[in-house]
Formats: sequence, structure tokens, C-alpha cells
Amino acid sequence: MLRRRVIPCLDVADGRVVKGTRFVDLTDEGDPPELAERYAAEGADELVFLDITAAPEGRGTLLDIVERTARRAFIPLTVGGGVRTVPEMRDVLRAGADKVSLNTAAVADPSLVTRCAARFGRQAVVVAIDARRRGQGPDDPTRWEVVVKGGREPTGLDALEWAVRAVELGAGELLVTSIDRDGTRSGYDVELLREISGRVKVPVIASGGAAGPADFIAAVRDGGADAVLAASIFHRRLHSIASVKAAMAAAGLPVRRYTPAA
Amino acid sequence: MTAPRVDGPDGDRARRIVAAVVDYGAGNIVSIGQGLTAAGADVRLARDPDDLRGADLLVVPGVGAAAPAMARLARRGLVEPIRGWIAADRPYLGICLGLQLLFETSDEDGAETFGVLRGRVRRLEDAPTLPHIGWNQVVRRASHPAFDGIDDGADFYFVHSYVGVPEGADAGAVVADTTHGGRFPAAIARRSLLGVQFHPERSSTDGLRLLDNVVAGVARAGAAPAAIG
Repeated sequence: MLRRRVIPCLDVADGRVVKGTRFVDLTDEGDPPELAERYAAEGADELVFLDITAAPEGRGTLLDIVERTARRAFIPLTVGGGVRTVPEMRDVLRAGADKVSLNTAAVADPSLVTRCAARFGRQAVVVAIDARRRGQGPDDPTRWEVVVKGGREPTGLDALEWAVRAVELGAGELLVTSIDRDGTRSGYDVELLREISGRVKVPVIASGGAAGPADFIAAVRDGGADAVLAASIFHRRLHSIASVKAAMAAAGLPVRRYTPAA
Repeated sequence: MTAPRVDGPDGDRARRIVAAVVDYGAGNIVSIGQGLTAAGADVRLARDPDDLRGADLLVVPGVGAAAPAMARLARRGLVEPIRGWIAADRPYLGICLGLQLLFETSDEDGAETFGVLRGRVRRLEDAPTLPHIGWNQVVRRASHPAFDGIDDGADFYFVHSYVGVPEGADAGAVVADTTHGGRFPAAIARRSLLGVQFHPERSSTDGLRLLDNVVAGVARAGAAPAAIG
């Protein structure tokens, strides 16, 4: 049976893992490959690197980090942030990533999703959707708007429609982040997850707001997520990968049993 | 987890094998190379037919669709050398697309592939999610040394939508299978050929153990005639 994945997310800026509430109050959390190896050893099912380096000259640093990580952590690696072209995606995959996550660039040019999927296969193309809740009440029902550039820029796109469209374009997986919940530790937006996972056949990764094991369980059981992603609660060691997976298993969810190397 | 290797009297690593990893712009060659190196192999990236010379093990990785992969192999002049390698019963490890290419054709794009194994590559049936991405259990149907020391039902990492299903004379070549909706072959072996639908290079310690077993098997096979001579 397919396991539900637990995925630590590492925000990388200028070669270091950082964590803040989306681009503000960043604090240094360590060397990316080192942290990646630690998570792999603790039983992480996959890793996501999100490159939030603003300057384009930081790209070489990122590729070096991806390659050093691929040599140390033998679990899948997804890299997001700053990929705008097919050759850029090729470089990231060549460095050792398995998947590339497209966000702002996909919204700006949806054909990028199709071109990347045609070249590398849809399984290598993750479309990341940052969604913000809209809607004020009975006359203004709940909906979600796609926002880009780290949540700062509204697009007018409906997140549920964009999710369906992204899959039609060639996305093999969706990384769905609630910008309202991100960094707040108030739980995933389960309703958003449920609306999206009910509309697409590709796996959905839940992101934004995880505080503890109960949130991971809710995202999978009630939100229909295939995988759950979190950053700060793992970096700060508020919860370990193992304890989250143990809680998920106790709730009856299939998780990968992990035996560390002898 | 690398087995100790004994150096020969002249300082050569007597049993160290050369693994040629086909580099045709598909698949995670960084991790595969590192996994094989950890298993004690000397890894060489194979970009043209000359790179296969002197190799002991041929590894064909890859993800994605069959037709562009075959086209890239053809551009590098690698199609016939790979076919010849397999026909000569030399050790071959196919990973994901590297397994699927061994079949006769792919439903995904109608590509004509190596045709080394009877059968075709089909879309996963009744899959609740597609692509099939994530860790899933690999259940043994037959014993094979590549799985030595690995628990039956151990989790490996998959990322694919299509799967090769052997037929006719090769129907019995399934070593292990996995269930995602329907059941499908996860590992296929015939003589010196092994193909896995999952990614050992992304499957943590059990994946590395599998690569280690493959390398050790080739090293043993290569060492035997030398010992007799």
C-alpha cells in the first residue's frame, strides 16, 4: 500500500537553511546538505528545498547544495524557487533533484508546465500553489485566490480552478500551501486540501500551518492529502519525523517503517 | 554499509567492478552514481558506445516517456550496443524507465523499445492516484540475490505512471510485485538482467543494500573464472 509521506521543507537562502514567516524574520538554521542528511537518517520520506535567494547569482550555490545533498541523502529531493525555463529545470535535475516545483513562473507562463512535462515527464513537475482565503460570509462564499511572489502578489486566479488546470497542463503533483496558515502553527487548511484533492488525481502535498501530529493526520484523513510538509516544527525539534509518523500509524494511516542503517 | 574489499598484492582492487551508468539526460545519475560508489563500484558515465568498453555492469536509469528516451539513446549510438550487451547475457540493471525500455513497446507513446522482454508497457490500472509517487511495499514472488538481507514487503520509492508487464515466455520473470490499485511487477529478472520499477538510489538503506547486492553479485561472477585460471 502506498505510504503517506512526511516531508521536511528546507527554505534555502544564500546557501543556508533559513526559516521565518515567509521571507521575513529569517533565522539561520544550518547547512542544507547536513540538515537533509539528518532528516533522511530520521526517516523523512522526501525532502523539499525551497530556494528563496532573491539574487540570480545565487543559482550556482543552489546547484552545489542540491548535488551535495543528492550524494548524502538517498531519499527523493524536490527543488522549488526560481526555475523559469526548461534549461534551468534541466540543470536542477542534473544536479541531483528528482522533481522541480514551479510556482510564480507557472502562473506567469502556464505553457512552462507543459514544456517541462514533455521534456522530463510529468512525474518530475510539481506545481506549487500558494492560496489565500477570500469570501466574507453567506453572500460571499469561501474561495481561495492564487497568490505569487511569496504570497505578496494576488493573481485573481481561483486556486481550485488553477489546480485542475495545472494538472491538465502536465503537473504530476501539487504542493498546496495555505498562505493564511503558513508559519502560524494553526493547522493546515483542511478544507482547501479537500477541495483540491477531490478535483485532481495527482498526489497533493499539504503545506502551511502544521503544529503537530494531529494536523498531519487531519490533512491526510480529512483533506485527502498524499503527503504532509512542514518546516519549523522539525527544524526547531518541536516534533521529530519519527514521532509524527508514529502518531499517523497509530491513527491507522499507512506510513513507511524506517530502520536506520546498522 | 559497504562490504570490505581486499586489495590485490599489486595494489589493484582485484574485485572492484566498473559500472557504466548510461547518461542520456534522463534519471538521477548523481544519486545512482553515489549509490554504486558506496557499493564499491567504480562508476563511469556512459555517453557513447566506447564508454561501455571494459565495463562489468551496465546501468540504465531514467524516468519519463519511452520515445524521447529511445531517440536520445539513438542519437548517442547506444541502442545497438545496449541490445548487444543484453544479448551477450552481460549484467544489466534497469531502473524505472531503464526497465520499461526492455519491453517491446510502450502504450504511452507507441515507442518501439528494445524488445528484450516479451510484453508491453501499460498504464497502471485502477490507480487511486496517478502518477504513483511515493514509498510502497515490494513483495517477493521469487527469490533473487539482489534482495538478500532486505525484508519481504520492504518499502521502496516509486515515481511512474506506466509499468512493464511481461508475457509469454517471460511471464515468469517477475521477482517482486507492488500494489497501487492493481498489482504490478516491481522487479523483473532473467539471467544476468535485473529491472526494478522503483528507485533504489532514492530508497534509503534498503535501496543502497540492493545496489550493494547487485555490485557484489557481479564482482563474484567476475572473480570466479579468474580464480580457475
